[in-house]
Amino acid sequence: MNTVVVRPGLRRLKGDGLRTAALVVIALLVLTAILAPLVAPADPDAIDLSATLAGPGGDHLLGTDASGRDLLSRVIHGARSGLLGPLGVVAISTVLGVLAGLTAAWHGGWVDTLLSRSMELVFAFPGLLLAMLVVAMYGPGQTGPMITLAVAYTPFVGRMVRGVARAEMGRPYIAAYRALGFGGLAICLRHLLPNIAPVILAQSTINFGYALLDLAGLSFLGLGVQPPAADWGAMINEGQTAVLMGALGPVLVPGVAIVLSVVAFNIVGESLADRVARR
Amino acid sequence: MRRVFWMALTLAVSSFLIFGALQLAPGDPASFLLSGRSATPEAIAAIRERYHLDEPFLAQYWHWLGGVLTGDFGRSVQFRSDVGGLIASRVPVTLTLIAMAFLLIMVAGPLLGLLSAARPGRVDRSILVAGSVAVATPSFVLGFVLIAIFSVNLGWFPSMGAGEGLADRLHHLTLPAIALALTFAGVLARVSRSAMIEQLGQEYVTVARGRGVPERTVLRRHVLRGAMTVIVTYGGLLVPGLLVSTVLVETTFGVNGLGQLLQYSVTVKDFPVVQALTLLTVALFVLANLVVDLLAPLADPRVRNR
Repeated sequence: MNTVVVRPGLRRLKGDGLRTAALVVIALLVLTAILAPLVAPADPDAIDLSATLAGPGGDHLLGTDASGRDLLSRVIHGARSGLLGPLGVVAISTVLGVLAGLTAAWHGGWVDTLLSRSMELVFAFPGLLLAMLVVAMYGPGQTGPMITLAVAYTPFVGRMVRGVARAEMGRPYIAAYRALGFGGLAICLRHLLPNIAPVILAQSTINFGYALLDLAGLSFLGLGVQPPAADWGAMINEGQTAVLMGALGPVLVPGVAIVLSVVAFNIVGESLADRVARR
Repeated sequence: MRRVFWMALTLAVSSFLIFGALQLAPGDPASFLLSGRSATPEAIAAIRERYHLDEPFLAQYWHWLGGVLTGDFGRSVQFRSDVGGLIASRVPVTLTLIAMAFLLIMVAGPLLGLLSAARPGRVDRSILVAGSVAVATPSFVLGFVLIAIFSVNLGWFPSMGAGEGLADRLHHLTLPAIALALTFAGVLARVSRSAMIEQLGQEYVTVARGRGVPERTVLRRHVLRGAMTVIVTYGGLLVPGLLVSTVLVETTFGVNGLGQLLQYSVTVKDFPVVQALTLLTVALFVLANLVVDLLAPLADPRVRNR
């Protein structure tokens, strides 16, 4: 009954139109990242001190930063670290989470208790905080925070995989494979995993957006990708003094790129989750 | 009781991990703790003694934990002062900022959720879209937009600092609080919307409407109140998240609170400060979970009156 009330609004909002638009945005982002040198109108690192903090239009479509670098070219090149970082986080956390979740669900007993409690422990460490602890140890960069965030995101995948796998294990086909003499590993990887893959994909897509936000935040703090690299977070870090001089562009251009990417990944992730829930 | 036990265990393991991070750090712990400073033999000897680095690891941890439990978090290499005092001096600013943001979130979130649930169609859709954008907007990006509009262009609010005295402080922290609140308000609006839509489907709402109770009263007495447990739960759980996000917002607005202290300490590798702040945040997280577990049922009158 409740679902009847929820659906109309949600469906129209997250219906095909919006999801298609989000998928197009993601496709364009990926293409931009791959083809960055071809698409960018200028060298992202070319300094032109005669055209600092130029407004949009003219030679520079989106204007320039305080060193006269072309913002459009920089934001295009920034798509590379902007997408690669979260991709690493999501890939590692998905693998770890699936391993932990499946193991916990399949073994049950003390293995389940140990894994579940460990995941709860990691929950107590927000990703951004854990990443900062690691940066304090090993210094700033993209790799350290990426691996740390992957660990922090693992419980989100693991807890969900555990829940879905436990529900799935109650179904007759698992018992049938067991009776046929298949080993636990084979059943898990060949039969159980494909069946729960859509749920995992939905969760990981949503995680992608959050990882992007966390990594951009770290770079803004000067703890992730270091300036003068053309990275969205690092661009905002460099652009903050320009804001006080009345030029918002150097912050706004990468900022909009972040918001657009995260919204797109969230919409796709949530529509995937919706679809799974409807089945 | 079980909950308290798990809480204590989580804290114990967390503190062990946070202390152990020192051993995992590259190089000798003594020179790591002094990083950025000239390591004279005397300084190294002093730090070795202070952290009991010549004793076995577990003994070191024991000394450190004993200190933490009595409020002694060690000495900041960078500030040349006690970490405990350093943190205490920064607490009021951050607490004010978090309180202001929390107030904004707890008012705006449920209100937008109620509006969304009560008006399906265009209003609901606009709020949902705005919410999706709010959730995806980093607090520092919003912060700079607010600075550009309200500080640089209009001159209504200062762009930097935390201010002196109550009125001045509230004035200084208004924009940071808005920047901090936006994402959380967006999530809370969404959470309360679904909780309220669930309430709207309940039989007692249908009955109340059928009896001719005015819609406003139905919304206030049944829908809002019924969704209260969810709102209180989420509200409690977001407090630690707010503390973590102050790192971004305080750096954006140059507010000298705990968040900026953490950002600075990580940058200069002032490890004792980083350890203390990490431990405090984790403790707040565990505590918030416990408080919510204990308090959330009280928002439900059926439980309260029992």
